[in-house]
Amino acid sequence: MNWILLLEQTLNGFQLGILLFLLAAGLTLIFGIMDLINLAHGSLYMMGAYFAATFTQWTDSFLLGVLLALPACMLFGVILERIALRTLYTRSHLDQVLATFGLILFFNEFVRLIWGPIGLDIPLPELLSGSVELFFGIRYPAFRLVIIAVGIMVAFLLYLLVSKTKIGMLIRAGASNRQMVSALGININLLYTVVFGLGTALAGLAGMMAAPIMTVEIGMGEGILIITFVVIVIGGVGSIKGAFVAALIVGFIDTVGRSFLPDILGLFVSNDIADTAAPAISSMLIYILMALILAIKPQGLFPPKGA
Amino acid sequence: MKFSPRISIITLLMLGLAAVPLIADSIDEPFYTVLFSRMLILSIGAVSLNFILGFGGMVSFGHAVYLGIGSYVVGIGTFHAVEDGVEWLGNGFVHMAVAVAVSALAGLIIGAISLRTHGVYFIMITLAFAQMFYFIAVGNENYGGDDGLSLYMRSDFSGLLDLSNDNSLYYLNFGFLLASLYISHRLTNSRFGMALRGTKSNEQRMKSIGFPVFRYRLVAFVIAGAICGLAGVLSANQTDFVSPAVMHWTRSGDLIIMTVLGGIGTLFGPVIGAIAFLLLEELLSGITEYWQLFFGPMLVLVVIFARGGIDGMLAALDRWWIQFSPKKNPEGD
Amino acid sequence: MKLGILGTLTLAVMLSSQLAFAETVKIGFVTTLTGGAGAIGNDMRDAVELALDHLGRKMGGSDVEMFYEDDTFKPAVGKQKTEKLVKKDKVHFVGGYIWSHVLMASRNSAVGKGPFMITSNAGPGPVAGKLCHEDFFSTSWQNDQTTMAMGEVLNQLGVKRLYIMAPNYTAGKSMVKGVSSTFKGEIVGKDMTKFPAQLDFSAELAKIRAEKPDAVFIFYPGKHGLQFFKQYSQAGLKDTIPLYSAFTVDSLSLPRMKGLAEGSLMTMFWAPDLDNAVNKRFVADYRKKTGRFPTFYAAQSYDTIMLINSAVTAVGGDLSNKDGMRDAMRKADFPSVRGPFKYGNNHFPIQNFYLRKAVKDADGNYTTKIVKTVYTNHQDPYAKDCKMSW
Repeated sequence: MNWILLLEQTLNGFQLGILLFLLAAGLTLIFGIMDLINLAHGSLYMMGAYFAATFTQWTDSFLLGVLLALPACMLFGVILERIALRTLYTRSHLDQVLATFGLILFFNEFVRLIWGPIGLDIPLPELLSGSVELFFGIRYPAFRLVIIAVGIMVAFLLYLLVSKTKIGMLIRAGASNRQMVSALGININLLYTVVFGLGTALAGLAGMMAAPIMTVEIGMGEGILIITFVVIVIGGVGSIKGAFVAALIVGFIDTVGRSFLPDILGLFVSNDIADTAAPAISSMLIYILMALILAIKPQGLFPPKGA
Repeated sequence: MKFSPRISIITLLMLGLAAVPLIADSIDEPFYTVLFSRMLILSIGAVSLNFILGFGGMVSFGHAVYLGIGSYVVGIGTFHAVEDGVEWLGNGFVHMAVAVAVSALAGLIIGAISLRTHGVYFIMITLAFAQMFYFIAVGNENYGGDDGLSLYMRSDFSGLLDLSNDNSLYYLNFGFLLASLYISHRLTNSRFGMALRGTKSNEQRMKSIGFPVFRYRLVAFVIAGAICGLAGVLSANQTDFVSPAVMHWTRSGDLIIMTVLGGIGTLFGPVIGAIAFLLLEELLSGITEYWQLFFGPMLVLVVIFARGGIDGMLAALDRWWIQFSPKKNPEGD
Repeated sequence: MKLGILGTLTLAVMLSSQLAFAETVKIGFVTTLTGGAGAIGNDMRDAVELALDHLGRKMGGSDVEMFYEDDTFKPAVGKQKTEKLVKKDKVHFVGGYIWSHVLMASRNSAVGKGPFMITSNAGPGPVAGKLCHEDFFSTSWQNDQTTMAMGEVLNQLGVKRLYIMAPNYTAGKSMVKGVSSTFKGEIVGKDMTKFPAQLDFSAELAKIRAEKPDAVFIFYPGKHGLQFFKQYSQAGLKDTIPLYSAFTVDSLSLPRMKGLAEGSLMTMFWAPDLDNAVNKRFVADYRKKTGRFPTFYAAQSYDTIMLINSAVTAVGGDLSNKDGMRDAMRKADFPSVRGPFKYGNNHFPIQNFYLRKAVKDADGNYTTKIVKTVYTNHQDPYAKDCKMSW
């Protein structure tokens, strides 16, 4: 086996994991605190990418585009929460699934109406569009390194926010006992709005980070949404730490599976079968992992206390 | 018996469904038979989902997996019947028996593991199992993989029924819909069904008075899977085509939408929901390419304002009728 | 002599029926109009409309009614829509079809059920071979052909070690089969990726880098091609390992790829700069109408309408004369954007294949130019499996 390749694939897995974490963090926060299953989280990811693409076009700078898109996303999330989602907090999960599924359909067509059916592109600055040489002669795309750096930074900031600030305290309290927080006279509605805005910004940021690698296009958030749900369920709903660990595991398994399964399978069956079966089996891996983990720990790896 | 708008509308609906092929033939638009045939099949799927979702409170996000199993039983069976000349593999009774058995077995395995979890974990683990089956189908090159499998023939009912005739297939679907409604009705009103409903409203109490909640739920889960597997057999015959897309997670989502749109936990709700869903899709997409722009918010509005779905609205109509209709018999009600 | 009389008789019947049958020509067109691939369907629709404009929106004196349907990129939906076109709208022709798997699913709902089916893009092996049918025609190519030409090109360029990537669906597999059948060197790696879900090729690109092949060949139609070129360049592979493609760089993706694809080579049966009068008019009018260069999808769709027109005109608008229309179409006697060509016994074109290069033209637009002819009058390898002869 080629160790440099393995190392590079590990890095790729890490990068995918980081991207998943950005999405999962917002989703798990919203779920943990408002008890809302938000299928439209993928749409927020899409909106982030579209905002960033538009602002990048206006300003001719990817950095400015992202800096403008972040508050735009947050504002978008706050408006969405006020108009549509607030009434859903007290509803059953089933109602939430249904209503937010409706929102997915709406946002897809809305984007098509505004930005057209052809996707958009985000041109990267010269500095980030190539690759850089790392240790052992590994060349790695510069922008993917940026994704990793941004993800780690966000993870660290989230950790500080949740464990060191007053709002973080409320978030933790809200995740384990919602009634108690509101009984203590905290403006729970404001907390909800803040958390939703934060979650939207995180999803949007993930979209902005993914956009230059993949296309900005309609429905871009749907495939990744399901994987994100897998991540938060494996990690334990409501747990940011769980989301982080699970995102890295899922990213790693997905990438390494895709890369090495054909060779591994080739040891047992004919190459033709291995070539065609491997993509399917590697896509199954994360679901098998989730089923296994839930069969052993029905509340995920890091269930929040009191849940 | 007192007049009830709800019951009359549902009766009219069922009578209308019974007459679809006759009407379609008389106006020379056989396409409508095909369209409604599809509605009937998905109605059966929704009725079976409603049994665990509406009465048992189990939100399965992977119910389309059984549609897939039933479809592939027909697809694989007829494939070998034609390619290898193994005649009995093309037999419709064999297809149904195998589909029910495999679906029940799948339901048993999925249920036994999933029912240990609750809430969103249950939703996600049922989805995970559906995805696994989905990718098994995707990876199975012999039977078309991702591209699916075109059926060379429809299930053969040894001369009893000629499924290549769309009208015969329609009435077969209709018969199975009636049967699934009957089963659903009998089961929910049996002691078993009562206990199941009890577990939905208060699991703890049912446990403490000694009901084996897990086992009750598992049995319900298996029955629902088996019925939906039959719908899969019909669906493959209807479309002459089998592909992994039948059990894509969005299909499972569609089944949930149909059930909730029609009204969960009611007998006819899922049927109304399935028909309303597919009719809306057909009508709206005929009007504008942007039909989902309207369909999406409509779903949100139904959830927010019309609790109980369409059937719930009909029930409200009933109450309104009782309140405002001239009372012949003041002691009534 | 007998034939002569028969011919005169048919002519007489045709002439008389022209007056009797002023039936509208109904044409169904199934393509992808929504989602990420919606841009392709949009391009095809524009070309169909342009062809109708060129025909004065009449065929053989009859009015034409178009029914566009959206397959949403799903085989099951494509099949449903085809069934609706055949059973409800009762179309005389059903065309379109970008995707091989959608075509395969839809075929049985149209072929043998009345209308002629004409694929405007997809060309999976079975419909050219074992499943060929007298009511089925193609105005594109069979999937393997284009990449067979690419295999030849790679041999000529002296490529010894090749890495192949394609999506894991019907067309992807045919394309890989095509290039493998003519390429004489060693195929050192092959990745079939999940389609259409997988858009991130980082794991595969790392494998390419580790394998160090002489060249990489890809088939990624639509948005996937754009992503691939982007990531290939981001991974720093663009300047180290040459990238060849088929159906990946087109007039929709080129303006978005810009420099990324400049100079890259591909094979194709047609190019915007193909030198014939029909093509010049098509390209010029298409650009005037839409402001874009036409894609090959557009070119093939234009031909679909022209082929139908040749059939309807030959029978003088008598749409009940299916045999007459079939005979007319078999002659391929219509102004095709690819220049004159013949149909093989399986109703797939026997045609030239060219090597094309992505370039920037004098006005600064990105387009493709023909480098040379790879195959002259090439017939697909499946034709021999087709039992049909005429």
